Amino acid sequence: MRPAGLLLAVALALGLLAPPPAGAQPAAPASPAPGVAPTTAPGAPPAGAKVPVSEETVHEVAAQLRCVVCQSLSVADSPSEIAHQMKDIIRERLAAGESPEQVRAYFVEKYGTWILLAPPREGFNLLVWVVPFVGLGLGLVLIFVVLRRWSRRPTAPPGVDRIDPAMRARIRREMAEDEG
Amino acid sequence: MTDIRMTGPSRLLRWLIPLTVVPVLALLAYGFRTDPREIPSPLVGKPASPFTLTAFDGTSLSLEALRGRVVVLNFWASWCYPACYEEAPSLERAWKAYKDRGVMMVGVNYQDKEEPARRFLSQFGHSFPNAPDQGSRVSVDYGVYGVPETYFIDRKGRVRFKQVGPVSDELLREQIERLLAEAA
Repeated sequence: MRPAGLLLAVALALGLLAPPPAGAQPAAPASPAPGVAPTTAPGAPPAGAKVPVSEETVHEVAAQLRCVVCQSLSVADSPSEIAHQMKDIIRERLAAGESPEQVRAYFVEKYGTWILLAPPREGFNLLVWVVPFVGLGLGLVLIFVVLRRWSRRPTAPPGVDRIDPAMRARIRREMAEDEG
Repeated sequence: MTDIRMTGPSRLLRWLIPLTVVPVLALLAYGFRTDPREIPSPLVGKPASPFTLTAFDGTSLSLEALRGRVVVLNFWASWCYPACYEEAPSLERAWKAYKDRGVMMVGVNYQDKEEPARRFLSQFGHSFPNAPDQGSRVSVDYGVYGVPETYFIDRKGRVRFKQVGPVSDELLREQIERLLAEAA
């Protein structure tokens, strides 16, 4: 029971201390990077183009969204037509003054959290974030416990104690008898 | 004395095996019973996004102008074979049956080229308005993953049902009748 309790404690500690995994959305500022020329989609309506938008910000938002017609590809990585058009929509919305967070929220509103490549850290989804670290913790603890056992065992001189003291006494006695 | 120590690892395993196997089995049992392709639309129950489209025949279509009517919004493409081809006759039949009873049907052509789209419309003799979706703006506004998808919008302008995949005569009748039965 004790090892199990220890395992659980270590696993939980590891899980809770785990740093946010890569790919978690950073709190990006709405302002574009300095020195980047304002870009507008060729087909974007000029009415929406008010704020200069950096391609970097467009890419950053697109990288968080799942391409709807692909398997495991982001809107940023997909060469499909719809992904291109979704990027145009992102660009337009940023140009209209929306923050990257607001653009993300627009897609979540339409498609649900399914559209996000990184599931939000809440409810059942937490499992995805915690289980890998719990598994890692369990593995480390298991290795630690097993190694400690292995390193401790050889300290007891092998063989010597294997013979029952009563048997040894009897052997001694019989040998003494033979000699005598 | 040492014999007791020998049972140590197996005692540990007795706890570890169920500790790891049971949650994994539970997760698999949950995972295999849910359909990963079935994605509930967050839009059902919410106000339908307004749109303005220019139909293939040049007329203007806007959701605003259709308030007070039950709207069937169908997303389709000429390359969507066989699903869009399967449902096309049902759509036209439902349109003929309900157009005089306060129902509007709008076809939105998704990710298509004009020529094959027009050929599709004439092949099935569609008499309800159809429009290409420039830049997929309307499709993204409705959270369309692929075609065919059909949205049923009530007289108050709220999305009430979303069908992913082809619609049948029964489904069209059922959903339209349900929304028609409601007061405006």
